Amino acid sequence: MFEIVEKKSLNPTVTLMKINAPKVAKKCEPGQFIILRTDEEGERIPLTVADFDRENGTVTIIFQIVGATTEKLNHMNEGECLHDFVGPLGRATETDGLKKVAVVGGGVGCAIAYPVAKKLHELGVEVHSIVGFRNKDLVILEDEFKKASSKFVLMSDDGSAGEKGLVTDALKKLIESGEKYDRVITIGPLIMMKFVCQLTKQYEIPTVASMNPIMIDGTGMCGGCRLTVGGETKFACVDGPEFDGHLIDFDEAMARGAMYRPFERKAHEDTCNLFSQEVK
Amino acid sequence: MPNMSKRNEMPVQNPDVRNKNFEEVALGYTEEQAIDEAKRCLGCKNKPCTKGCPVQIDIPSFIQQVAEGNFAEAYKIITESSSLPAVCGRVCPQETQCECKCIRGIKGEPVAIGRLERFVADWHNAQPETPVEKPVLNGHKTAVIGSGPSGLACAGDLAKKGYDVTIFEALHIAGGVLSYGIPEFRLPKTIVQKEIDGLKALGVKIETNTVVGKTVSVDELMKEEGFESVFIGSGAGLPRFMNIKGENLSGVYSANEFLTRINLMKAYKSDSSTPVQTGKKAVIVGGGNVAMDAARCAKRMGADVYIVYRRTENELPARAEEVEHAKEEGIIFKFLTNPVEIKSDENGWVKSIVCQQMELSEPDASGRAKPVPVPDAFFEIETDSVIMSIGTSPNPLIKSTTNGLDTQKWGGIIADENGLTSKEGVYAGGDAVTGAATVILAMGAGKTAAAAMDEYMQNK
Repeated sequence: MFEIVEKKSLNPTVTLMKINAPKVAKKCEPGQFIILRTDEEGERIPLTVADFDRENGTVTIIFQIVGATTEKLNHMNEGECLHDFVGPLGRATETDGLKKVAVVGGGVGCAIAYPVAKKLHELGVEVHSIVGFRNKDLVILEDEFKKASSKFVLMSDDGSAGEKGLVTDALKKLIESGEKYDRVITIGPLIMMKFVCQLTKQYEIPTVASMNPIMIDGTGMCGGCRLTVGGETKFACVDGPEFDGHLIDFDEAMARGAMYRPFERKAHEDTCNLFSQEVK
Repeated sequence: MPNMSKRNEMPVQNPDVRNKNFEEVALGYTEEQAIDEAKRCLGCKNKPCTKGCPVQIDIPSFIQQVAEGNFAEAYKIITESSSLPAVCGRVCPQETQCECKCIRGIKGEPVAIGRLERFVADWHNAQPETPVEKPVLNGHKTAVIGSGPSGLACAGDLAKKGYDVTIFEALHIAGGVLSYGIPEFRLPKTIVQKEIDGLKALGVKIETNTVVGKTVSVDELMKEEGFESVFIGSGAGLPRFMNIKGENLSGVYSANEFLTRINLMKAYKSDSSTPVQTGKKAVIVGGGNVAMDAARCAKRMGADVYIVYRRTENELPARAEEVEHAKEEGIIFKFLTNPVEIKSDENGWVKSIVCQQMELSEPDASGRAKPVPVPDAFFEIETDSVIMSIGTSPNPLIKSTTNGLDTQKWGGIIADENGLTSKEGVYAGGDAVTGAATVILAMGAGKTAAAAMDEYMQNK
């Protein structure tokens, strides 16, 4: 069993948990993911590793409450145990030979972008972090990003935190001002990553996007996480989750990501109703 | 006096009832039926049926015991050669193995060996449990990767010999394809669980949620964790696709995904947290047992189901019984039909599948008549979902993380007739070696490897 050793609310819809999982902690690297189940009947959900502590045997996950399982997960407390926790899965972020990188994160995707920025920073790579949120209440990991970056740009849709605008506006400005990146790494909503990749393609900057599709086993068996990259079918779980952003078919990925949305919405509502009944 | 030309029919659920539930289709023989059927056996001295069995069960001897009503003795004889009788009695292709060699089959129907095996195993499982005596440990530690048929068989044989056996399983429950692949109505999961509990009673440890190649490597198991030998039974691997336009649309599943959602994650239950969307109409592409399983699951989810297959009924690789059951349940077969494109609606969901008419020409390298397209003969089938069931290719995870493990060009692990791979102390068997095959062949490979591993560890 995998104990929740720490739980922290980062904003009203995003929660951080440290999970006791020594085997996973021993092996995981930034860019990889885990799959968990909250209980015996639970669904398997993939979450990218946000941090890890090999010495204490813990793995940190950060999740946004979007559906029934994340709602249930958010109702679990320190001392309780997850039923299943498997990993690390997927390939780690490639960092070889990088000198200067722009890390572009959006929303809860910043939870995954942060360990990548941190690792690059530790390797001596010059890191510029550009992170975007809808508004100031949703900002997460600001201090952490600042520590891991030589330049940090915070953007918000409404201007309530940092500058008003999109991450692509900030990235474009930096590129136009003469910053030369050997790679852009982008992690966030599909629509954001799509536009980041469109932008960097114009400037011919190699770009990697971290994909988080629907998945069941996470080991290459089911093929549910497939996406089209450069005209070829790839499995995010074994070939990814990071891919060449200039080759990903984002429109297809968005359609596939929406496949279970009506089911998920209803399941989330049912779970919320269940919890509110318990409170009564 | 038993009927010598016709076998005893096994009671089954009515097709129109069973195609709406997930309960087991075949209900099994009664004691009277089993004894009557067993009396049809001629007890041939040269045992042709045994020669047809991949694990050489002493078939005439166990049937003789059934005929005399000694079911416990019959069970003992079967388990001398087979680790999973309740499973194999249900899913083995007996008609191409033991039963096709039966002398009764020359003039009439062969003895129903599979049904008798199933009867004996079910009879045994219904008896009060006798406490299992844990074998005395011999001080050797060994690892088994994967808890499918080959892994379970290998682990069972080694545990009985006194080895300290740990099975590593990637998923959250054990059983491999028996759990995620074969549907409840063909192989109830309580039977699989019973086999697994039996292994645990022998002292076998099962570590779920462990992906070998990721969580831990084969080399680490051997160098750091003290496992003297390792058996790799990691299964068939990644689903194949046709590489046609529209294959990644919403509503297109691999059979692996579709069956995993239904069998492992219980998507057929209304309170399951994992959904599956079959829609009103489903098209399954392929003609193997997995395609039949997917089709019959889709039918039970309420869809009108079509199987499209590019050859004819004669070339279907699925077991005759599965095809028969599928037809009875109302599944429609479209033969000589090959998909060329999947079309979408405005939301990226499957709307239809475009197929081309095929015809058979000369046999190809596999000996089967080769299907060739009929020029300009295209037609469209409207559908809400498409399930691709055209095979698998090996998972590279273990190969890429194990030093000195050689694989075939197509990715299968290379192993000799005893299951030994190119790496000392490392054995392999089942679909990971042969490519997708049967439960019984995998089980047999697990048993063979267990014997070789025993010899290796004793002489080390």
